[in-house]
Amino acid sequence: MKHIISILLENESGALSRVAGLFSARGYNIESLTVAPTEDASLSRMTLVTNGSDDIIEQITKQLNKLVDVVKLLDLTEGRHIERELMLIKVKATPDSRDEIRHLADIFRGRIIDVSQGTYTMELTGKAEKLDAFIREIDPELILETVRSGVTGIARGEKCLRV
Amino acid sequence: MKLTGAEILVRSLQDEGVKHVFGYPGGAVLHIYDALFKQDKVRHILVRHEQGAAHAADGYARSTGKPGVVLVTSGPGVTNAVTGIATAYMDSIPMVVITGQVQTAAIGSDAFQEVDSVGITRPCVKHNFLVKDVKDLAETIKKAFYLSSTGRPGPVVVDVPKDVTAQTAEYRYPATIEMRSYKPVVMGHPGQIKKAVDLLLSAQRPMLYTGGGVILGNGSESLIEMTQLLGYPITNTLMGLGSYPPTDPQFLGMLGMHGTYEANMAMHECDVLLAIGARFDDRVVGKVDMFSPYSKKIHIDIDPSSISKSVRVDIPIVGSVDPVLKEMIRLIKASKKKPGKELLKDWWDKINQWRARDCLNYDRNSELIKPQYVLEKLHEITGGDAFVTSDVGQHQMWAAQFYKFNRPRQWINSGGLGTMGFGLPAAVGVQFAHPDATVACVTGEASILMCIQELSTCKQYGLPLKIINLNNRYMGMVRQWQEFFYKGRYSHSYMDALPDFVELAKSFGHVGMLIDKPGDVEAALKEAFNLKDRLVFMDFITDQSENVYPMIEAGKGHHEMHLSPNRELA
Repeated sequence: MKHIISILLENESGALSRVAGLFSARGYNIESLTVAPTEDASLSRMTLVTNGSDDIIEQITKQLNKLVDVVKLLDLTEGRHIERELMLIKVKATPDSRDEIRHLADIFRGRIIDVSQGTYTMELTGKAEKLDAFIREIDPELILETVRSGVTGIARGEKCLRV
Repeated sequence: MKLTGAEILVRSLQDEGVKHVFGYPGGAVLHIYDALFKQDKVRHILVRHEQGAAHAADGYARSTGKPGVVLVTSGPGVTNAVTGIATAYMDSIPMVVITGQVQTAAIGSDAFQEVDSVGITRPCVKHNFLVKDVKDLAETIKKAFYLSSTGRPGPVVVDVPKDVTAQTAEYRYPATIEMRSYKPVVMGHPGQIKKAVDLLLSAQRPMLYTGGGVILGNGSESLIEMTQLLGYPITNTLMGLGSYPPTDPQFLGMLGMHGTYEANMAMHECDVLLAIGARFDDRVVGKVDMFSPYSKKIHIDIDPSSISKSVRVDIPIVGSVDPVLKEMIRLIKASKKKPGKELLKDWWDKINQWRARDCLNYDRNSELIKPQYVLEKLHEITGGDAFVTSDVGQHQMWAAQFYKFNRPRQWINSGGLGTMGFGLPAAVGVQFAHPDATVACVTGEASILMCIQELSTCKQYGLPLKIINLNNRYMGMVRQWQEFFYKGRYSHSYMDALPDFVELAKSFGHVGMLIDKPGDVEAALKEAFNLKDRLVFMDFITDQSENVYPMIEAGKGHHEMHLSPNRELA
């Protein structure tokens, strides 16, 4: 099953490689991984999407907690949570396809953020499934480039992951 | 007053109470060596290879419980030390390794003797640091000692670029340190401990299985008290030997691949299994789904990730062994339920039947020297009191089976990583920690050659080690597996062109002895151990065909043991 694990870690050089190294050394999967400093510059927040049996997820969280740079973590999928991913997508904007693309972007609440002679670049946010669906709806011939941020997430309600 | 980075480093070691550093100089650490030269509180021990430095510090740590300290230069100094660092990591040994690094400005430029030390050591350390600012140096050293010796211990590497050792800063060594991201648990959860005691006291076929964590956590006395209070059978892992008196009738010997028949059978048939400071290693467990199939399992460990890693347990207790055991003892004493002697009688009858098979018996009438006999005699002549280090292979298993270790930290061997070459440098470290103790290194002719250069260190410092070389002219354990599983095709396990070990020992300035008759074993050992101030290399020419029994093949269950060939399959 898919798990979204949120990790607060010391914003030290090498902290990311400790997490990535742990996953490769122990043969765990990483589907996506995002990381950036938080409002407290000494801390980074990482969101890691992985999958595995309950036993494996238990080991993953234990092993992550064991890393000295990891301050705290939370398996978001254990509770109610919000997940979001950002996608930037560049498509061919031919005279025949322009209207349809704009229309599709509206439906998915995407925004066109850059326009050129022959291209539209759009931004979309949402759950990963929504972004997948958007890509499915566009003629593959038209897609020039996609960039996805990987999943980030936060718990609903008053639950917080903070020091 | 401002000090240079090199001076800060050495002062930090002094203030940490470090007495010995095992190392080897080189370009990137010259400032540090100069600072060492100008003081006499920290003694530097010059080894002959950086692997030897790490193993020596490891032996020092295992025999004392204090972190061993290593100092090596950048590049090859670090890569050579990696085997020793990984050895310590696998057995959770506290160690601080200070590695030189090229100048900060040169990092990443493929400079002379540059490697990414933090990157290379990351998977085999508890934590590591690259110090980029001299102002952080003292605090980083403090953190390294704190991390390495608390919680589940392990090696910590501190990588120090050469320019940082030249820059100056105010020196202040913190007395204590707090890290928000590192809070080791000490006391176990009271509710879990209570549940565990209830389950233990209701057992009909109980079994205690204890490992290196009891030794690392200084829990031996509590373990003995609790075990005797309960009257339950107990087995030790390879790493746990010495934590329970070997001659006590409740002790069933070592378990696992080369464990005793009684220990493994009791593991298989027990109904409640209490694992203490042991990590269900594959050499202990064998085939996971056949492991102790009838038992409810309790597991005490300081590292949550050791719990339910390979074998699922019913009652996990995260905590340091000693305080948890003390709490269990208190609850057992206070409980109305008492371990019933009557209830256990059937269980002990069964165990004693298994024990009666005398699985460690061997041919005592052989005309060739049996390695088991050498170890029995070693035990006798040293009064069971020597520190024993070993290398890896058959001799290691025989030492574990036949030298009856009666105190923690007496038995020093590489269990997790299984590092050939460990024994001699580890013995160097043990002898420095215990200058007046008898230190024996049990080895084989293949292992000893992997770090033989440390004979030179022994000469320089006058270390009176006793090396017991069980020389069967084979990599014995490899040969044994090839005999059993490869139809006797001895592919590259034969040691051709061996040196004359007697002459080799002499050339290093030591005493060499060749023993090739069983009748000479005892006298030779006596003679060697009477040479109190000399290193004696005893080359025992042993029976080439001898195998380690009992044996559980990899991937088999505990009840599927091979006993020695003159008995039936268990």
